[in-house]
Amino acid sequence: MTAVAWGAALLQALLYAALAPLLVGWIRKVKARLQNRRGAPVLQPYRDLRKLLVKEARVAHTASPLFRAAPYIVFVTTWLAASTVPLVAVSLPTAAIADIIVLVGLLALARFFLALAGMDVGTAFGGMGASREMLVSALAEPAMLMAVFTLAMSAHSTNLASVIDYQLGAFALRPSFLFALGGLILVAIAETGRIPVDNPATHLELTMIHEAMLLEYSGRHLALMEWAAQLKLLLYGALIANIFFPWGIGQSFTPADLGIGLAAVFLKLLALGAALAIGETVLAKMRLFRAPAFLNLALLLALLGLLSHVILEVGA
Amino acid sequence: MVSVAVGLYGPAYVRGFEHGRDSLTALGGFAGLFLSGMLLVVLADDAFLFMVAWEVMSLSSYFLVAFQHENAANRRAAFLYLLMAHIGGLAILLGYGVLASFGGGFAFEAMRAAPLTPGWASVAFVLAFIGFGMKAGLVPLHAWLPEAHPAAPSHISALMSGVMLKVAVYGFIRFVFDLLGEVQWQWGVAVLAIGSVSALTGVLAALLQTDLKRLLAYSSVENLGIIFIGLGLALVFLGTGHAPLGTLAFVAALYHVLNHALFKGLLFLGAGAILHSTHERDLEQMGGLLRRMPWTGLFFLIGCIAIAALPPFNGFVSEWLTFQAALQTWQLESGVLRSLIPIVSAVLALTGALVAATFVKVYGVAFLGQARSRHVRHARQVPFGMRAGQGWLAGLCLLFGVLPTAVISVIDGVPRQLLGAGLPQAAAHGWLWLTPVSPATASYSAPLVVVLLAVLTALALWSLRRGAVRRVRRCDAWDCGFAPPTARMQYTATAFAQPIRQVFGLLFHIEESVGRREDGAPRYQLSIGDRSWDLFYAPVMRAVESASRRVVRLQSGNVRVYLGWTLATLVLLLWIIS
Repeated sequence: MTAVAWGAALLQALLYAALAPLLVGWIRKVKARLQNRRGAPVLQPYRDLRKLLVKEARVAHTASPLFRAAPYIVFVTTWLAASTVPLVAVSLPTAAIADIIVLVGLLALARFFLALAGMDVGTAFGGMGASREMLVSALAEPAMLMAVFTLAMSAHSTNLASVIDYQLGAFALRPSFLFALGGLILVAIAETGRIPVDNPATHLELTMIHEAMLLEYSGRHLALMEWAAQLKLLLYGALIANIFFPWGIGQSFTPADLGIGLAAVFLKLLALGAALAIGETVLAKMRLFRAPAFLNLALLLALLGLLSHVILEVGA
Repeated sequence: MVSVAVGLYGPAYVRGFEHGRDSLTALGGFAGLFLSGMLLVVLADDAFLFMVAWEVMSLSSYFLVAFQHENAANRRAAFLYLLMAHIGGLAILLGYGVLASFGGGFAFEAMRAAPLTPGWASVAFVLAFIGFGMKAGLVPLHAWLPEAHPAAPSHISALMSGVMLKVAVYGFIRFVFDLLGEVQWQWGVAVLAIGSVSALTGVLAALLQTDLKRLLAYSSVENLGIIFIGLGLALVFLGTGHAPLGTLAFVAALYHVLNHALFKGLLFLGAGAILHSTHERDLEQMGGLLRRMPWTGLFFLIGCIAIAALPPFNGFVSEWLTFQAALQTWQLESGVLRSLIPIVSAVLALTGALVAATFVKVYGVAFLGQARSRHVRHARQVPFGMRAGQGWLAGLCLLFGVLPTAVISVIDGVPRQLLGAGLPQAAAHGWLWLTPVSPATASYSAPLVVVLLAVLTALALWSLRRGAVRRVRRCDAWDCGFAPPTARMQYTATAFAQPIRQVFGLLFHIEESVGRREDGAPRYQLSIGDRSWDLFYAPVMRAVESASRRVVRLQSGNVRVYLGWTLATLVLLLWIIS
């Protein structure tokens, strides 16, 4: 049984890496259609990655060894974080290695190195991106933790698998979960660098956050960084999809269950991706100093969720 | 008793043989006195010896702070430190006085048996909290800390921050958890509130500093805040009759005590190494040190990751345990507490994220990029002894992060003795799994995380560095096609902190000016003041001054008036006695 479970966990980790570019391609496609363009094919992100992987990497004279190590660390940490989030099946052994708080910690570790890499070459844009990224994350991380704590307190567990099991077992429309969902969506938008906090398509120097840190990267280093960002988007998508809408996720490792789980998560992610694309088409990017208000809203929602849980639901 | 000493003294011992490296002969005596004072405090078994040792520790460290006394700022820092240490010492003495008068003796045994009324217990608690909190640098009594720590030589700063603050924590634990007997949850709420305020203001102040050692000192305020959050949680849980949860929070706080000693010691030694080879403490003058001092750079990076509470290093484990304790609030009966503790954990989360921002700034500005001054450009590797000291602590940071179950089984002796129960379930599922409550509730396997990270990294490296694409070509930085960047075009520490300064500006006294526009060479000036001076110290100072002005009226200079006062006092005393 454990061998099967570990096999499924490995399979899921590979699935994460394989599906991440697809989600980005899908979002870009929907966005293009909404803007009356035809858009690049859905598989374009895969081609971009392959192209970058076979290209020569160029590194600035002023870069330190950390600059070359950072892409590997960022990618691997994000990947490990992703593999602890149930995608197609619940009771994976990886979920016991790292609970929600470790997940947040791993993402923070990746961000730490991303920001350091941005400052490494010593260009003004890199420092700017790192500074802004740390501002956004400093405000987003508490909101994220509060949102997941709401779930953890309801399920009496910070283990993601237990939380999802709890949701499947006793699904009810709780006010605290609605607040947490709202908070988590706002955090996900901020953390994955989407509109209105950051614009993934921009290369306008003064407005970029995530892209500013990657400016000096090329070749396989850039590929790893891009891939990590795509993984992070998929991770947040899977987190929201599987925690708040847990239906269909596989509860055992039989092929039928896994197949249904895969199909279910596929549909959920398609819907979430389309929703994100619509949101990005409707909204405009905010000024940087409006972002704290946005994130405070996220924190407030998450905190309200937690408070409504401890006040309304625990005693009842 | 001994286990507490061992728990607290492990790191001190480590530092003890390290501090020989760049010590000046004059320093040795006081450093030794300082160390033995701290050791005696921890070993003391009665209040009398405790207080004597406490004063030895305070006084010898005063001389260490005043070591470079040619500098007026250092003298001022040392005086401030002396003053606050004595006010704190007085509060502790009064606290012991309360216990001693009820227990009928200065031995800890007698105090433990003292039949205190809840009112007097609270008085003793408040006195002890003020006294030990002052030594631990809790807001608003922290003002001496960012002045005194940077003034001392670096390895003494490491000792003061890493160990002396922990002695204050030890004193607090000994007093409240051991001697006072029955704890009340209201105390826990007070400790939680002060701890949260300390953690948040400490990290924000640290983020805004550009002096490396001052920054580290403020970060100590923040870490002590986190420790006191843990202790506050423990008090709340113990006071409401949830002993196992209280133990969990207590262990989390002790774990953080150890961790902070390790990584703050490491960071102060790193700062000392930078100071040694570049004579710089100002972040704005540094840059590119990673390539000049690779070993120090590596160890400092480890310290930064550990203090930012990122897995797989040690800071993460204690923060994780604190969160796990906070998440058990649903077991409490009181609705007020149930909604208060989540807010505290939100503060803790915000603190953690801001610490990460702070240390990205420190590392990015000091070690990455290009050198911003001539000294720094020609920095050299520090001697082997200094590197070994840092390496030893860095190794311990990793070890404490990867093997939390082993560490907890060592710490476990302390709660078992003080609270009567340990935390056996933490390691109940083998050394691989840390399960503070039960495996269904939460589990974390640090060794597996490290192994998986290593395996995946090796895999990624192996698969991507094969074949024709292995080459890496060096070129100028691209920087969106602008001219190649110079050192002065880099982001500075002040610039890095600017967005956060703008968001949290209200908490500080900030003055910013750019000079007039028609000026040929406008200069940007920025001064950041601590609000606690305006809000807390200034009123206290005014009150003291006006009180002393009233007392001065007695001093008329006339002998007959003085004799009259003496007579009146005598009569009054006789009347009281009779």
